Amino acid sequence: MAELRLAASRDDAAPEVSGAASAGPVSIAVRNVSKVFARDGQETVALDGVDLDIREGEFLAVVGPSGCGKSTLMRLIGGLDMPTRGEVTIGGAAITAPVTDLGIVFQKPVLLEWRTVLENVMFQIDMRGEKRRDHLDSARQLLAAVGLADFENRYPHELSGGMQQRASIARALIHEPPLLLMDEPFGALDALTREQMRLDLEELWLSTRKTVIFITHSIDEAVLLADRVVVMTPRPGRVDRILDIPLERPRGLEGRKTPEFLAAVDEITELFLANGTLHASRPVLNLLNKKEP
Amino acid sequence: MRKTMAWLKRSRHAFFAFAGLLIVWEAWVRIADVPVYLLPPPSMVAVDLFERWPRVLDHALVTGNEIVAGFLLAVVVSIPLAMIIAYSRPVERSLYPVIVFLQIVPKIAIAPLFIIWFGFGFTPKLLLVFLLSFFPIVVSGIAGFKSLDPDVMDLARSTGANGLKMFLRIRLPQALPQIFTGLKVGAALAATAAVVAEFVASDSGLGYLLLEYNSNLETPMVFAVIIVLSVLGLLVYYAVELIERLAIPWHVSNRATAEEARTT
Ligand SMILES: Nc1ncnc2c1ncn2[C@@H]1O[C@H](COP(=O)(O)OP(=O)(O)O)[C@@H](O)[C@H]1O
Ligand SMILES: [Mg+2]
Repeated sequence: MAELRLAASRDDAAPEVSGAASAGPVSIAVRNVSKVFARDGQETVALDGVDLDIREGEFLAVVGPSGCGKSTLMRLIGGLDMPTRGEVTIGGAAITAPVTDLGIVFQKPVLLEWRTVLENVMFQIDMRGEKRRDHLDSARQLLAAVGLADFENRYPHELSGGMQQRASIARALIHEPPLLLMDEPFGALDALTREQMRLDLEELWLSTRKTVIFITHSIDEAVLLADRVVVMTPRPGRVDRILDIPLERPRGLEGRKTPEFLAAVDEITELFLANGTLHASRPVLNLLNKKEP
Repeated sequence: MRKTMAWLKRSRHAFFAFAGLLIVWEAWVRIADVPVYLLPPPSMVAVDLFERWPRVLDHALVTGNEIVAGFLLAVVVSIPLAMIIAYSRPVERSLYPVIVFLQIVPKIAIAPLFIIWFGFGFTPKLLLVFLLSFFPIVVSGIAGFKSLDPDVMDLARSTGANGLKMFLRIRLPQALPQIFTGLKVGAALAATAAVVAEFVASDSGLGYLLLEYNSNLETPMVFAVIIVLSVLGLLVYYAVELIERLAIPWHVSNRATAEEARTT
């Protein structure tokens, strides 16, 4: 089924544009942002002086080790939490409350178990107080687009993890937000499902050109999806480097085979080696090796 | 209809086991010639209950009244209270420890006190039923209203919905399964509470009737009243469970039986 859908999308021949060139003016700016959490008298510096410009219509990936503040950064951009220092602006205005003009996808599907798949998508509409009538058709179309056409009346527990996550992506898109925040959306999926979701997301993005902030700790995924990859340091999280990914689109399954892909993955791996996220060889492993005759 | 058939199919083992028990009981009492005042045969219990049914029914209605009224009062008071405690830090800090402490007090021991305060009538029974049903509902209600996935709240806030909408569309449905667990525990305790209150002091109700038959050594009628009491308790419990099924058909507790019905 998935293969059929992919084949069909190739016929549509999405316009081929190099990612970085398509990005428009700056729409979201993270200015010298720090976030300190205080709990039980202990302070955790989650983010430390982060500067970042997010351009309209670009696909931006953020990679970094667990606990480096990726989710915190996303919540600050969504106005779900406020920075300790610095500010986040959208269209020049500082964010002081939850941003409503966006869609969010979490690592877990976060579906309401008492609503069917279709009703979970419509949840977005109900909560916004918009007319259900105006959105039912597009909810069904979206479900079809994410491959859930036959499942609209099922309850979340009747779906696989991948299908649940597809439903949550449909929910994040139904109100046609210009901005999509995705926090490790494929992190809980098996490798094959994950690859399929990645292909489908690229296709979706090519046809909508929303601004996407995509958090992941998969270097491959970041490089294959993004126009730019933000590489973060271990906690306290800082921006280590921002890389342009000059791969042609659609990258699809071929993207992995290109020298540009390999070069970008290499470069990010080197950065993680240098900033202490990765270690070429662990001292403890050396000890183990020495014991062998 | 299909559901009823499935239920019958599922419960046939229990039914046969129960019928077998009654037959063994009847046979043993008759063969061993056990005195009726010690253990009457089930058939005699049935006949006696049938003959004195009008009287038993009158008293059952009294007790049923106490159970339903006390339980409903507990529902009406404890669910809003659970909401307030769950959503207000200061109220939680001041009230929750008190509730936890009171929960430890053996509430049945308070029955004599209620008699002193409120006399022999309906009120002390109502209050004891209320008191026993109240705690499980409050405690599970608080847990229900408090257990919230932070991601769901983030999602809800990103829609810009107001507090009332968040409550009605997220917090309330999400709390219902735990509330119903508490309601069922409360319902199960309600019958016990009513009978104990009637034991302490009363001139009507199944508890009163039970003591009367007991002092006359009318053991078959003691059994009969116990059976009626059990049926009364079951009715209240299943009424709550029926409402649960209608209110939260999506929940796991109801899902399991639905799936079982589908496969058998
Ligand atoms: N609400 C919070 N209270 C206290 N500490 C927090 C909170 N949220 C995140 N942290 C801490 O901030 C750091 C960064 O967390 P997070 O942004 O979730 O990292 P990531 O998403 O990159 O794994 C972690 O050390 C985490 O424990
Ligand atoms: Mg995270």
